[in-house]
Amino acid sequence: MTLSVAVHHRLGALDLETSFESAGHLTALFGPSGSGKTSLINIIAGLIRPDAGRIVIGDRTLVDTANRRFVPAYRRRVGFVFQDARLFPHLTVRSNLRYGRWFTPQGERYAEFDRVVEMLGIGHLLGRRPALLSGGEKQRVAIGRALLASPRLLLMDEPLASLDDARKAEIMPYLERLRDETRIPIVYVSHSIAEVARLATDVVVMAEGKVAASGPTTEIMQRLDLLPPEEVGEGGAVLDMKVLRHDEGFGMTVLGAAAGEMRVPRVALPEGAVVRVRVRARDVMIATERPQGLSALNILPSRIVDIGKVNGAQVDLRLDCHGDMLVSRITRQSLETLQLTVGRDVFAVIKTVAFDRANLSPGAPLVLTS
Amino acid sequence: MLDLTPDEWNAVRLSIKVGLWAMAASLPFGIAIALLLARGKFWGKSLLNGVVHLPLILPPVVTGYLLLLSFGRRGPIGSFLDEYFGIVFSFRWTGAALACAVMGFPLMVRAIRLSIEAVDRRLEAAAGTLGASPLWVFLTVTLPLILPGIVAGMILSFAKAMGEFGATITFVSNIPGETQTLPSAIYTFTQVPGGDAGAMRLTLISIAISMAALVVSEMFARRIGQRLDIG
Repeated sequence: MTLSVAVHHRLGALDLETSFESAGHLTALFGPSGSGKTSLINIIAGLIRPDAGRIVIGDRTLVDTANRRFVPAYRRRVGFVFQDARLFPHLTVRSNLRYGRWFTPQGERYAEFDRVVEMLGIGHLLGRRPALLSGGEKQRVAIGRALLASPRLLLMDEPLASLDDARKAEIMPYLERLRDETRIPIVYVSHSIAEVARLATDVVVMAEGKVAASGPTTEIMQRLDLLPPEEVGEGGAVLDMKVLRHDEGFGMTVLGAAAGEMRVPRVALPEGAVVRVRVRARDVMIATERPQGLSALNILPSRIVDIGKVNGAQVDLRLDCHGDMLVSRITRQSLETLQLTVGRDVFAVIKTVAFDRANLSPGAPLVLTS
Repeated sequence: MLDLTPDEWNAVRLSIKVGLWAMAASLPFGIAIALLLARGKFWGKSLLNGVVHLPLILPPVVTGYLLLLSFGRRGPIGSFLDEYFGIVFSFRWTGAALACAVMGFPLMVRAIRLSIEAVDRRLEAAAGTLGASPLWVFLTVTLPLILPGIVAGMILSFAKAMGEFGATITFVSNIPGETQTLPSAIYTFTQVPGGDAGAMRLTLISIAISMAALVVSEMFARRIGQRLDIG
């Protein structure tokens, strides 16, 4: 199902002029605060009426200002998970979950109560009131509530932003299951690289109300220039790699891709499974000769294909490792001392311990097929 | 101690009947006007707000006299209702209920309006994205959330009716068995020699009824509060 959005809307100082199309399974709307992400998602949901434009999901036109068409929110069948869960305080968790089902036409109810409850791990909460839930539990119930209305499209507005790191880690696996086990296209608003790199199959980068770039996650994530300043340190290449084998003796897992083999801390996935690896640019060192006597385990032969704009003391290099792309951030001084130029063969060096739970995650099986 | 004469019992029964009717009949209007004032955007909103609050600031006798002029047998509204619907207010208990409803109306609207303004509208938007039409959103989200305000408004209206005197006596006079509510009966006792004991009996009953109404409302509020986990 393809989502196609082309809208114009003025909201205070923000001039939203956006157009993108996505057939992706989980499309991330990514950008700094104030870039118009939340306004855009509200427009898709029908909570804001755009000044002009068209929104089409599959074969259904939701908004077409040229033909005076505007489907109100409650007839769109577009699920919405808000940043602040917005559970109904006067209803139990069970009644909250069942609320949307009521309004869904009989023939279009595909979501099964027991399955959604099981997937989100909220079975033990059903009898409780929302006020007695933790932030993470509330957000899981909110996701379940949206799913059980059997939506055609699911919108998520920074569902993790109001949670601490422990709660985020608690919900992340559920979001991955949501992406992999349901067939609903998802649009996910976020300003966190870690979330986007881990979850998204496609990314739409927004800046000042406009679309700065859009495309598959692995491509967009290499464009460090697109990242907001506070997230630049987190930026880097995203690779989908396969588990080749586990090295139980040293507690490591060996991953393989076109780039070669990469040793990372042990991941709890079977051999053959897909792992999405985010290689932060700042974690990639450059060597002009194969290093000796070095503790870092991952040494990948590669070629410099692009030297980015110098930014203060640092500069970003794009490396081609047998078809996979890596990004390396080094100092301007190293660039000069090592006399690095485009086309030169070098070695990318990455420490195994540079990887942790934040940048290793189960990959979406869908991504591999492309 | 509760050795009441038939007339005194009549006054007690009539007061409760008038109070309950005033409360029940004004409730739908109270909710509608409160919604309009809390959510509506229209020309003349402050004028409507002023009119609703008028009984609160006018002397009750003036309100009673205005009711007499408009709802009396010869009044424009009174004669219309009498002719086409057979509803008569003047010098009937229905008139006492009308006077009490009008006097309690601003209190009721105020309580409900405040609770509507306290409702998180983002919850209503959430209900909309789950497929609920505006009417269903009101019935399943807004109404349950403003229930404490509605109960408070009803109790205020009833309590006002139990104490209402000036507008009632001006509009429908003080007829035992028909329009003589508790305050009017107490007033009558104080106007005759040796009426002190009767006035005291009715005063105690009046206090008891008001306290009972308050206790019931507190119980309601606590139960709703527990359900909403805010009490």
